[in-house]
Amino acid sequence: MAIIELENVSVTFPPRNRRGEPVNAVQDVSLSVKAGEIVGIVGYSGAGKSTLLRVVNALERATEGRVVVDGVDITRLRERDLNEVRRTIGMIFQQFNLFTSRTVYGNVAYPLEVAGRSKTEQRERVSELLRFVGLFDKALAYPEQLSGGQKQRVGIARALAAGPSILLADEATSALDPETTVEVLDLLKRVNTELGVTVLVITHEMEVVKTIADRIVVMEEGGIVESGSAFEIFSAPRHAATRRFVRTIVDDVPQEHELEQLRRRHPGRLVTLSFKEDAATQSQVFAEIVRAGIELELVYGGLEDVRGRSFGHLTLELRGDTAAVDAVVARVGELVPLTDLGTGEGGVAR
Amino acid sequence: MSAILDGLRDFFQPVIDLQSEFVSAFGETLFLAGSGLVVGGFLGLVIGTALYVTRAGGIAPNAFASFVLNVLVNFFRPIPFILLAVALQPFSRAIGVDGIGTGHAVVAIIFGSAFGIGRIVEQNLVSVDPGVLEAARAMGASRWQVIRTVLLPEALGPLILGFTFAMVAIVDMTAVVGTIGAGGLGQLALTEGYRQYESVVTWTAVVIVILIVQAGQFAGNALARKVLRR
Repeated sequence: MAIIELENVSVTFPPRNRRGEPVNAVQDVSLSVKAGEIVGIVGYSGAGKSTLLRVVNALERATEGRVVVDGVDITRLRERDLNEVRRTIGMIFQQFNLFTSRTVYGNVAYPLEVAGRSKTEQRERVSELLRFVGLFDKALAYPEQLSGGQKQRVGIARALAAGPSILLADEATSALDPETTVEVLDLLKRVNTELGVTVLVITHEMEVVKTIADRIVVMEEGGIVESGSAFEIFSAPRHAATRRFVRTIVDDVPQEHELEQLRRRHPGRLVTLSFKEDAATQSQVFAEIVRAGIELELVYGGLEDVRGRSFGHLTLELRGDTAAVDAVVARVGELVPLTDLGTGEGGVAR
Repeated sequence: MSAILDGLRDFFQPVIDLQSEFVSAFGETLFLAGSGLVVGGFLGLVIGTALYVTRAGGIAPNAFASFVLNVLVNFFRPIPFILLAVALQPFSRAIGVDGIGTGHAVVAIIFGSAFGIGRIVEQNLVSVDPGVLEAARAMGASRWQVIRTVLLPEALGPLILGFTFAMVAIVDMTAVVGTIGAGGLGQLALTEGYRQYESVVTWTAVVIVILIVQAGQFAGNALARKVLRR
């Protein structure tokens, strides 16, 4: 069942001055998120992902379209009723946004205070949450006494305080170092699996969605350009923007300048083979090449693992009789997707 | 030894003669400054918060209210306080306070401090990280809850320093209203010091005013340091 349903949502901001143009931050986006999923929305800054995320808890109102959260159409709800809905949606931020005037305890208790829960209830819930995020001993510390990772863990505890069914993460790890990022992502995964919270993550870091997202949505200029399972997106990106993103962490076909470098050392025929589980295995492919009496060398690429499924792109240099190489390239091309990079002397164009 | 003491006593004789006047003037000044700081401060907090909340991109943007408030503040704030104190006479009488003396001075000081503090409050609220306010809204806090439980507490340190700064200006006002018969150290310096050519009386009043300001500044700084934890 879809817990978040966006139907043809657009968000238009009024022009900044009288002569300015209105800004279409989000344009005609439809997205359905199933309960219990972790969905990653990827895009460069200005792609509209931040606005889209805020449409879900109505911090930004959709100018057009419909937003249904947990069966409630929030598109036209009044502010007072929205506050009720917002209590079922947690949110964490890039800059953590902890209250500096409150201790860790006070921060985590805030949503409960707002909801009018009793002091006893607050104390129990806050203790429980601080244990969950591993910061029970920091209850009386102030935010400035915490490291970035600890701050975000407090942010997560606070977001979970009112027992939300959805957690929105706005570039939640972008201000953290790689090690702390892993720690926070692990925690988000636990929030998802142990508490059954649906998580919507926006980020420009592919590593983040690769680690936790079940499904990835790629945004550009206010619209969704591609979406699919994390494995689909990483192993076979279709849109140019998606490919650019995937390339930030996955070596696929060597780029122009990389190819130049490779050519200098490897004058033979270069081909990039794309492997994906379920498709032909590497051993089949290599057997084919060896049987034809062609020398091969692995010169570029690697294998990746996305959520337990592997794929990869390997660039090989093939050396041998030109006709034999041609023949083996053709045969291998039938087994796996193949990009022919040709040889140093002109060769076959890409 | 006793000659020096005698000399000192002679020098301060006019002050000693006015001992009880000094005590009551000190009390009057504290009362005037206190009412300015408490009542004017409260009104200033309300005005400043309203200015911040209604501004474009604020918690409850309202172009009309924002415009009216700004015009109001910009109208009263530039008026030199001595003129404001004089010009408010009809207003004081309209609300049933004598147009002269302590009552009217209190009105004038509250008026003057409220608008001045309003701007200071607005400036301090602007420095609060908007992300923190957004976080509170995302947690389902109403606008009023955001103002009361996040905006003002987050700005508390700077607000205390702002009020301390305003306190100096208010003490200044308490001296100015000495000219319209408000009592206090200003009036004492004016009537018993200046007009009697008793510089020692004038300067004693000045020193006491300085001490009041110093004490207030010290207390404000200490409180702000405690709240800001640095």
